[in-house]
Amino acid sequence: MDDAVPLVQVTGATVRFRSDTALDDVDFRMFAGEVHSLMGENGAGKSTLIKALTGALPLDAGVVTLAGESVRFATPHDAQRAGIGTVYQEIDLLPNLTVAENIALGREPRGRLGAIDWPAMRRLAGEALADLGLDVDPASVLGAHPLAVQQLVAIARALRADVKVLVLDEPTSSLDLDEVAELFRVIRELKARGVAILFVSHFLDQVYEICDRITVLRNGRLVGEYLTTELLRIDLVQKMLGRSAAALSERTHADGLDDPDASVTLSARGVTVLPGIADADLDLAEGEVLGIAGLLGSGRSELARALTGVDRLEAGVIRVDGREAHLSSPRRAMAVGVVYSSENRRTEGLIAELSVLENITLALQAQRGMLRRIRSARQRELAASWVEALDIRPADIDRPVGSLSGGNQQKVLLARLLALSPRVIVLDEPTRGIDVGAKVEIQNLVGELADNGLSVVFISAELEEVLRVGTRVAILQNGRVVDVVPSEGLTSDALLALVARPDEDDGNDA
Amino acid sequence: MTTTQTAPARQARVAGSRRRFMTRHASWIPVFAAAAILVAMVVGAQLYFGHFLTPRLVSSILLDNSYLLILAVGMTFVILTGGIDLSVGAVMSFTGMMGASLLRAGLPSSVTAPTMLAAGALIGLGIGVLVQYFDVQPFIASLAGMFLARGLGFVVSLESIKVTDSSILWLQGTRLHIGGSGWYVTPTGILALLVVAAGALLLAYTRFGRTVYAVGGNEQSARLMGLPVARTKLLAYVVSGTCAGLAGVVFTAYTGAAYPLNGIGTELDTIAAVVIGGTLLTGGSGFVVGSMIGVLVYGMIKTVINFLGVDQSWTRITIGALLLVFVVVQRVIVARSARRR
Repeated sequence: MDDAVPLVQVTGATVRFRSDTALDDVDFRMFAGEVHSLMGENGAGKSTLIKALTGALPLDAGVVTLAGESVRFATPHDAQRAGIGTVYQEIDLLPNLTVAENIALGREPRGRLGAIDWPAMRRLAGEALADLGLDVDPASVLGAHPLAVQQLVAIARALRADVKVLVLDEPTSSLDLDEVAELFRVIRELKARGVAILFVSHFLDQVYEICDRITVLRNGRLVGEYLTTELLRIDLVQKMLGRSAAALSERTHADGLDDPDASVTLSARGVTVLPGIADADLDLAEGEVLGIAGLLGSGRSELARALTGVDRLEAGVIRVDGREAHLSSPRRAMAVGVVYSSENRRTEGLIAELSVLENITLALQAQRGMLRRIRSARQRELAASWVEALDIRPADIDRPVGSLSGGNQQKVLLARLLALSPRVIVLDEPTRGIDVGAKVEIQNLVGELADNGLSVVFISAELEEVLRVGTRVAILQNGRVVDVVPSEGLTSDALLALVARPDEDDGNDA
Repeated sequence: MTTTQTAPARQARVAGSRRRFMTRHASWIPVFAAAAILVAMVVGAQLYFGHFLTPRLVSSILLDNSYLLILAVGMTFVILTGGIDLSVGAVMSFTGMMGASLLRAGLPSSVTAPTMLAAGALIGLGIGVLVQYFDVQPFIASLAGMFLARGLGFVVSLESIKVTDSSILWLQGTRLHIGGSGWYVTPTGILALLVVAAGALLLAYTRFGRTVYAVGGNEQSARLMGLPVARTKLLAYVVSGTCAGLAGVVFTAYTGAAYPLNGIGTELDTIAAVVIGGTLLTGGSGFVVGSMIGVLVYGMIKTVINFLGVDQSWTRITIGALLLVFVVVQRVIVARSARRR
């Protein structure tokens, strides 16, 4: 394959955002009929390269050639016309329009007088969906469908007859296993048709299953291009992170789990917020990390919200340091030292347009009240110290938080909460959507916080992570805490068995 | 046995087609609600007054509100993109003043009317450029447009200018009778209905129209999908401005004169009619037909209050209350669909 002429060739690609270089002199190539993966931590420059390749961002320097010809895409539309179809990471469709329009908009079939031919458009969209094995009414409104369907509709849009290059940025993050298999079938079909496919995913299994070739980026620079068959996973991770694998080993648990002497910081009895959780009991010791494991819909987030005053209790008591606490609002909860980090970091956590500095000092300032403003020198000092302590990169406190990578955004959110010097911190999916390296960092950070006496409730859909971080694991089923088990010695399979155990209360006689 | 099987089967089929209808046409629900309110008002008025539904009276509702209908069509385009146009009342007044003075200077109406439309389009374009290229909030940009147009109206004349041009007056004075029972329609009414039809077709069947919805749904996504976002937003304001120019023609014909204080607050009536007609203020959902129903609801309220013989200020109060109800209903709908996702 190396003798062949690449279909896409990017040379010396450089993209700068003001003073920061997001992409630095990167070379990249793709061949027709191959599945290529772009790997790197969050912030490595994957999305930037994709956006530059597909016309969503201009290159500051560098050349893109498509089938041997130099091209320059000013808009995504130009790239689409040249045969580059893209599905961006955030589903970039229009929930207010029909499925058919989302697939066909911009190249609708038109009849006489240039009027849109709706029946033809629906038929074409129906065919495109059928190609993907999807049975969806093309005339229905997109927003009425679940995310997985919307994702496939986005792919159907990117696939047009003359597509030469298909770019899929994290296409599987909202799909279940069957849907992933379906997507892979489609990818293989396209590959056989000679389409070059760029598949970006942080699921290593999927990358190894489907990709022929891997390009690794780190900190906006090219690390190298490898054949999947010749690159061991451990080497891949090492290249992505740029450090030895030993640093990735699990953190050691602090001793003293289930220590009877440890004082109980937070205790919940009979906590009920219908329909999410019913009659949940929980105890959290000082300096303990309590993992929460449960299937989707078992009430993980609802429990977190109930514990932190976001949702009002319908029944039950929460005690902090033995004293009954009426957590009627997050503000009240903060006042007694219980803070919450939402799973929706973008919508319920950070304010993307504000700077790192402002995001960090926000909660502290709010707690003091607006009349007692923190002096700006003190604010800067405070923010800078948290940036340093949590190793937030880039270490520029005036940068808008929205421009940071997911892992660093999560750290900013943590810094905001930690600035309140809380007793209890409830983390809901703090590592969702962030990369391996940043994930490990956050996990280690949680451990360090607990070692310093903070009590942590750690919620994650990934059981391995819950086990790694938690000293004990509470198992949720149908909104009830059915069991609390020590994590030491427990395997993720054993935990999965506990989590997925049929519920006896339901009289399940099947 | 067969009956017990078919009954649930039919039920399932009915439920299925109901679901199908909802997934296809959920955005029409507010329009149906507005239509239901209109029907209820007509029926209620007929029952209460006994002699309400006369052809003369119903015909006059279209006659009295044709300028508002034209404005509402233009406003629908802008609101669908997620914007707002506060300039329409002032632009209508200004183009009317300009037209009347051109006519007084002896220009024929065949030159004057297109000039009025062009002036409206130009102001719309200016607002669009401010919004699109200078990133000015639509509220502020169109507010500036409103002050500009209002000021220009005063520049033309501080006093009312009477219009004597026969072809302009013909637009309003001619009553084209339908049947023999007193139903009639004026050329201004036909003009307004044509604008509604053109607007509806434009939105449903052209790339520009669908892109208007796309921009209102999510501007960023529309851009990533390769749609011409900038051009579409500009055009939406141009459409609104042109409609305001046309409304200037119609309103001048309606009053037989132009006055620089005409149309104060009309932009708010227009927005109210559009919102009552089921168009989401956040953009991306709504229909020209809904806006027409909104205008008719507005016209009905005015007429009913006339009939009751109470003070016209009750029109405003009723419109305000209805608007409140609709905005709350919209919030509920939006919140619901957000939860589903």
